[in-house]
Amino acid sequence: MIQAEAKNANVWYGDFHALKNVNMSFEPSSVTALIGPSGCGKSTFLRLFNRMNDLISNFKLEGSITVDGQNIYAKDAKIDEIRKTIGMVFQKPNPFPKSIYENVAYGLRVNGINDRRTLDEVVERSLKQAALWEEVKDNLKKSAMAISGGQQQRLCIARALAVEPKLILMDEPASALDPISTAKIEELIFELKKSFTIIIVTHNLQQAGRISDYTGFFYLGDLIEHDHTQKMFLNPAQERTQNYITGRFG
Amino acid sequence: MTQKRLIQKIAFISFGLISLMVVGLLFAILGFIAIRGIKVISWEFLTAMPDDGMTKGGIFPAIVGTGCLVLGSMIFAFPIGVLSGIYTHEYLKDSWFKRFIRVMTNNLSGIPSIVFGLFGMALFVNYLEFGDSIIAGSLTLGLLTLPVVIRTTEEALKSVDDTLRMGSYALGATKLQTIRRVVLPVAYPNIITGLILSIGRVSGETAPILFTVAAYFLPKLPGSISDQVMALPYHLYVLATSGTNMEESRPMAYGTAFVLISIILIINTIASLIRRRLHKKVKMN
Repeated sequence: MIQAEAKNANVWYGDFHALKNVNMSFEPSSVTALIGPSGCGKSTFLRLFNRMNDLISNFKLEGSITVDGQNIYAKDAKIDEIRKTIGMVFQKPNPFPKSIYENVAYGLRVNGINDRRTLDEVVERSLKQAALWEEVKDNLKKSAMAISGGQQQRLCIARALAVEPKLILMDEPASALDPISTAKIEELIFELKKSFTIIIVTHNLQQAGRISDYTGFFYLGDLIEHDHTQKMFLNPAQERTQNYITGRFG
Repeated sequence: MTQKRLIQKIAFISFGLISLMVVGLLFAILGFIAIRGIKVISWEFLTAMPDDGMTKGGIFPAIVGTGCLVLGSMIFAFPIGVLSGIYTHEYLKDSWFKRFIRVMTNNLSGIPSIVFGLFGMALFVNYLEFGDSIIAGSLTLGLLTLPVVIRTTEEALKSVDDTLRMGSYALGATKLQTIRRVVLPVAYPNIITGLILSIGRVSGETAPILFTVAAYFLPKLPGSISDQVMALPYHLYVLATSGTNMEESRPMAYGTAFVLISIILIINTIASLIRRRLHKKVKMN
């Protein structure tokens, strides 16, 4: 079974060919790490799955992206509806300047769900899933700006989980965090993959090795290799993958 | 090494002196007005009608008039300015059209205020037949502040971190929801501050009201928006240049200037207090 899939995906920003004929599919309940040097197209690829690239002018896609068997770039596809079923966690923690509670409830509120009991339940469940509940349960009214960066990032994960996404996209979610917070995020990803499909962009190869089941290596807009993480790291089929992983360029 | 340090010291001292001079100059102006103006300030001065060829009595109608004009221009300029600021910054894609609007807005704020006055007279007073009236004056002042309000709004929106917008979109929020629930709550302290500061500017403008509303001498309060009023800046001008008895009315001029400056200072102080309060609230909330 396939949760999400890119078929012959070509992306242009104006004249710049950012992604070249990428084919890649993602199994449910798996973690796939996207690695590669800066500017290789891995973030562009990630953002195809919740149509965040649409916000960039000059963006053009050819090929198809399906999530749950549905072509999310179909003419009649509604962008906000699509984004509701796909969670995204950004590089820099970006909590809204609202209370912890309101941050988690945001995705529901913009969907018109304002029932107190439902919101309470979802907030508690999401914060528990994001391993943040114990730390903030007595301070849900506190501003999200007042907690630490690592907590903020877990709050952003909770916020994404609240809308019960099928797919979670993470764009270097730990690159702005200290090692302890990073470890917590990695543990969390390990837990989350039991119920969610996760695609994560990372610059940290060790991190990719620790947390992912599959790894895709991008270089200059091409998907060079995509395989089980263990195979990629121990015995890559491509020389360029080998060179990148062993640190000969990057 | 020692020479380097010497140069540094000289530079610091001269920068410091120049800054002191600027501050000193400001205080000199304020002090000059305050010392001469405060003598005539009394309850009567603030609440009575001018009397005896404007050499006695007070400036109450001018205070009320300026209040009316400020209020009127706010009602006109704030909603239109804030909404168009939101439109140009949040909705308009980067294109020649957006740049054109931006350049025109900048140009508009560079137009001398007397030209606005003339335009206001032609359009509101004559063509639309409002006559010399509060409504004509308010609309003219509103036009003058409009570019400032638009710029202020745009700047406030620009200072909102784009990652917040992204975070909101990623949760399926529409553009309007994102603006309403995330962008504006973050931006509004700066917007409000800008608006209050523009009030300070409007209350001191003379040229735009010259041909559209201001009365030379009108010792009664306005009854409707189609009445003429006296206004502080114009009253000051009259007292200083064209009174019936210049010597006698000079202290009244300083008193008027003092009241006008005080109002503006109070407004600016309120603005910065509000900004501080709201910023804290946004952070804490």
